[in-house]
Amino acid sequence: MTITIEPIAVRESDPARDPREYRGGWRTTWRDSLVFARRNLEHIRQIPEKLLDVTGQPLMFVLLFAYVFGGAIKVGGGNYREYLIGGILIQSLTFGLVGPATAIATDLTEGVIDRFRSLPATRMAYLLGHYLAELAGMVLSILVLLGTGLVVGWRPHTSIVEFVAAILLLLVFASAMIWVGTWIGLMVRSPDAVMGVAFMLVFPLTFLSSAFVPINSLPNVLQWIATINPVSVLVAAVRTLFGNPIAPITKHVWPIDHPVPAACLYCLIVLAIAVPGALRRYRARTSD
Amino acid sequence: MTYEQAVHPTNALLDRETGVQARGLGKRFGDLWALRGLDLDVPKGTVLGLLGHNGAGKTTALRMLTTISTPTEGSASVAGFDVVADPLEVRRRIGVAAQEATVDGLMSARLNLELLGRLHHRSKADARRRADDLLEQLGLASEASDLVKTFSGGMRRRLDLAASLVGHPEVLFLDEPTTGLDPRGRNDLWHLLRELVSDGTTLILTTQYLEEADRLADNIVVLDRGHAVAQGTPDELKARIGNDRIDVKVSAASELAAAAGALSRFAANDPTFDEDALIVTAPIAEGTRVIDVVRALDEAGIDAVDLNRRQASLDDVFLTLTGSDARLARQSGDRPPEEVSA
Repeated sequence: MTITIEPIAVRESDPARDPREYRGGWRTTWRDSLVFARRNLEHIRQIPEKLLDVTGQPLMFVLLFAYVFGGAIKVGGGNYREYLIGGILIQSLTFGLVGPATAIATDLTEGVIDRFRSLPATRMAYLLGHYLAELAGMVLSILVLLGTGLVVGWRPHTSIVEFVAAILLLLVFASAMIWVGTWIGLMVRSPDAVMGVAFMLVFPLTFLSSAFVPINSLPNVLQWIATINPVSVLVAAVRTLFGNPIAPITKHVWPIDHPVPAACLYCLIVLAIAVPGALRRYRARTSD
Repeated sequence: MTYEQAVHPTNALLDRETGVQARGLGKRFGDLWALRGLDLDVPKGTVLGLLGHNGAGKTTALRMLTTISTPTEGSASVAGFDVVADPLEVRRRIGVAAQEATVDGLMSARLNLELLGRLHHRSKADARRRADDLLEQLGLASEASDLVKTFSGGMRRRLDLAASLVGHPEVLFLDEPTTGLDPRGRNDLWHLLRELVSDGTTLILTTQYLEEADRLADNIVVLDRGHAVAQGTPDELKARIGNDRIDVKVSAASELAAAAGALSRFAANDPTFDEDALIVTAPIAEGTRVIDVVRALDEAGIDAVDLNRRQASLDDVFLTLTGSDARLARQSGDRPPEEVSA
């Protein structure tokens, strides 16, 4: 076993020392982010079960609600399976915050981030890499859900423009949830804590909404809660853009009456809070 | 090497011939100083051993020098760049193998190195070639495609080392590189590290083993509770602490003093006592013969239960350094007096 270290002259001319890289800014950050994303995707390749929460779980929800609970739920003015898909899309993407939160919390406890910090890579590339890999998972989740939806009888009834708008809204919402998850992952002290925090947040938000049942079937107090719940607004926006039934609205407030602009606004607000929050927390956690 | 050469934080390219320099480097966590007042001058192409027990401040020093941690006070430069003012320039020129896993178990050995190469901003082909070269050189070529989680401890250490070499580092930092290795693996790694240094790489390694520092380092800094208690070449240190030790176990506590008296003729320094184990330990002068020691003990009428000649351990170093030098003993703080030699 012999080690050869290149002489200094070679070092000076190698690409890592290229002064143009110093101003590389966004290009370098993007390239580094792709390397980190590759690392996450490689983990999925080795442990494909990691994808179950974004594929198998939503699939199960569709089947469960379409065939088990669906018969007992009546939606005024439409077919329950058409109603259901918008709800499950938003619910699955909301649950998507668990993935990045767990992954980042695990990296933090294992000291992996420290190792990356002694490399000349851009500091933010690590978080962006996670974001890109998680977004790829979310895209897969959306595809699985739409495919399953088509099988059980869901159809979009609007123009291609509205269909694309629905997909874009889903992607923006997915991004918002990934950044919320990233923030949570940087806040918890151990990866085990992620599940608890996520469930406390996600379960009430998704079930006390119009995701699975029409709001008008709820008791009066819960009708108010479900009406002002942003999840109901997002679900209504997705249903509107797909041309799927929206159950009668009983309480009238601006967001639920204008679901599409309100949903976009909500996503932007969440992003505007979660992204800087996560970055600040990342800087704090990775400097001592 | 004088204090006047201290690096000014904003003066980036200073002495390129100095691999690593530190002035008054210190790090405080809450109320506790993990490290304080560390001065280092490591010439290019030499090896510095940071020697100390767990908690002595070795890892803290390494974390600051590798830009992972920000110094609370003092300054340091690595490969001519200040660690606080120019961390990116420092990172381009260093390789680090930390104590915890530095490679990813869920990726192959090759992909681990390849992705690290990409993060050093090498082209895909370049990163791939460097990965294969390193795996070849470190004897891991046949395991290149295996998942790292299947690697043995020794293979993993070699891969850690390969990972730290990906960017052609000018300065290499290894945190306890041989911890957890069997004697053979340790010897192999020492051999590798010596080859690296002969090619001009500056190496800073931490270790708990005096032997390791002795075998590899040109200079040793002994750390104890966040302070440098001694500094010098292995020979200088050994001259101070005496090279070999002799342990004499007696049958009763009353014989300890008499045994120490009998040993004083050969001792290079004051003997130390372990009153519970009934053992007197003395650093012995060069050329001392065991048979002479036995005779001296016999003449003094001491019934030695056991007698053992051995190399000085890290414990001996601390005992000698903190016991025989009043200034150093003060620096090391609250060491209980009974641990210090009489």
